[in-house]
Amino acid sequence: MASLVSHPDEIKVVSKRFGMGATNIDHYLELDGYMAVQKALTMQPDEIINEVKNSGLRGRGGAGFNTGLKWSFVPKQSPKPKYILCNGDESEPGTCKDRLIFEHDPHAVIEGVVIAGLAVGSTTGYIYIRGEYRYLLEIMQKALADAYARGFLGKNIFGSGRDFDVYWHGGAGAYEVGEESALMESLEGKRGIPRIRPPFPAVVGLWGGPTVINNAETLASVPHILLGGAEWYAGLGTPKNGGTRLFCLSGHLERPGVYELAMGYNLKKMIHAVGGGIPNGRNLKAVVPGGSSTPVLTPDEIDVAMDFDTLMKAGSMLGSGGVVVLDDSTCIVKFALRTMKFYQHESCGWCIPCREGTDWLKKTLIRFHAGGGLKKDIDNMYYLSENMLGRTFCPLGDAAAMPTMAFIKKFRKEFEDHLEGRPCPFEKESTVEQLPVMA
Amino acid sequence: MRFSDQFEQRFTQMLTHYPTKRSLLVPTLLYAQDEIGFLSSEAIAEIATRLELTDLEVRNVISYYSMLTTKPRGRYNVQICTNIACMLRGGEELLEHCEQKLGIGHKGTTADGLFSLEEVECIGACSWAPAAQVNYDFHEHLTPEKMDSLFEEYRNRPTQ
Repeated sequence: MASLVSHPDEIKVVSKRFGMGATNIDHYLELDGYMAVQKALTMQPDEIINEVKNSGLRGRGGAGFNTGLKWSFVPKQSPKPKYILCNGDESEPGTCKDRLIFEHDPHAVIEGVVIAGLAVGSTTGYIYIRGEYRYLLEIMQKALADAYARGFLGKNIFGSGRDFDVYWHGGAGAYEVGEESALMESLEGKRGIPRIRPPFPAVVGLWGGPTVINNAETLASVPHILLGGAEWYAGLGTPKNGGTRLFCLSGHLERPGVYELAMGYNLKKMIHAVGGGIPNGRNLKAVVPGGSSTPVLTPDEIDVAMDFDTLMKAGSMLGSGGVVVLDDSTCIVKFALRTMKFYQHESCGWCIPCREGTDWLKKTLIRFHAGGGLKKDIDNMYYLSENMLGRTFCPLGDAAAMPTMAFIKKFRKEFEDHLEGRPCPFEKESTVEQLPVMA
Repeated sequence: MRFSDQFEQRFTQMLTHYPTKRSLLVPTLLYAQDEIGFLSSEAIAEIATRLELTDLEVRNVISYYSMLTTKPRGRYNVQICTNIACMLRGGEELLEHCEQKLGIGHKGTTADGLFSLEEVECIGACSWAPAAQVNYDFHEHLTPEKMDSLFEEYRNRPTQ
């Protein structure tokens, strides 16, 4: 469905089987399919965890936590069953990578789930796919049925004497469910409202049992690590940021698309060489480097290595790998407003700083973009965002606050250009209804 | 209340997937909605009974998820993404075009019951923006002209 692109700088690991018909289990087997699980069956749990830990694989959903380390938090003994939960609720604006994994290589995700299960001593996994991705859910249902039919799942997998079940689960439209504790609530048949932590899911998760929650891309990377070795995988990236990552290039680019590049690939090069630069003779204005929740970068900040630590130092985040490129025809106030409209819509309403904060910010930005803002509103928005940070149940509040603060800090002039009855300088006057200035 | 055989088969299979019945709720609601077009009071009562929940508990969950609806919609639900990546490439203009073409606004339905329109949040098609979904089908790299031919295509689809 979604078209594939390629570039000579790509290092294809997770995307190795894209476009090769690997949804068909026979083709998958020809392409080293299910070799990694069989290898894992001969390994000790600690050996698997160490291999993944040493590979430097970090959570591809956005938080960037070391995957092996996350697995090591699961208690060895547990009176309740342990679970592996694959997070395929991809909804961060700018992100469309898990979609390609499910579409082209669903068995790799299944393998990753089983390997994670063997590592932490679980025998059940769930693959949660967002409701909008119905065709991908169907691909996954078929892949699971095929794996069961071959004896790769179920009782006595690969004749090892061990059992492992993997089930599919479909969502019904909710960004918030991508947050790990909300994901568990949703899978349990409830509203996707986050749980308070501690206890962390590794100790108390699905139905009270210890649960490992990993993003689909993270899990799809695991089989390659087991086959290629931790050292090889770590060597592809930068220190502590192992491997490659699917970068979703979107916005004002000549060649948008999903490209697999080494961790630490230079952002400037990514935009100009891989993405083909800015079309229509326009200039670069800003880049959102890792999905809508990550703070925006200005053109003089993009000579930076795309890994978790470097971007953190640069004042942003690598996030989910969604690189959104804005040219100089874009109104930052409008872009900030659209971002906030999203977070306001998706806030679950459970905690006040997020529910009220996103709503106030949205309303202020609407007024602002329509010429009805006052100079003090700029500082008010910044102050409000600052007060949401770290004061919400889950990271959604931060995800709304962080980009807003960066927009204001880095593009303050543009906010000032909208003040006190002035129409948006980027719009034809007629398209935005002007609102009165409220003193 | 009768659902299709496929629904029943899937439901029976899903009962074996989870330690609690309630866990079936979200996917079951969506599959039920696909058959009826919306979640009627009858369907809600039926699912609540099957999963040993109250109607209110089920409605409580429905109201959370953006794809679930208790109101009838057109046969084809046209969902236009206007989130950041689509916005940068003309998502808003596309939505405006659809509003004019169909003569309806956000969450409206045409008089013939054929199309509904919805402005939606990111559908995961950012690299192929602007994008839309008609029911579950993805349509990418859209233009107003392409949208018009899609409307024609759906209009001429035989009803099942």
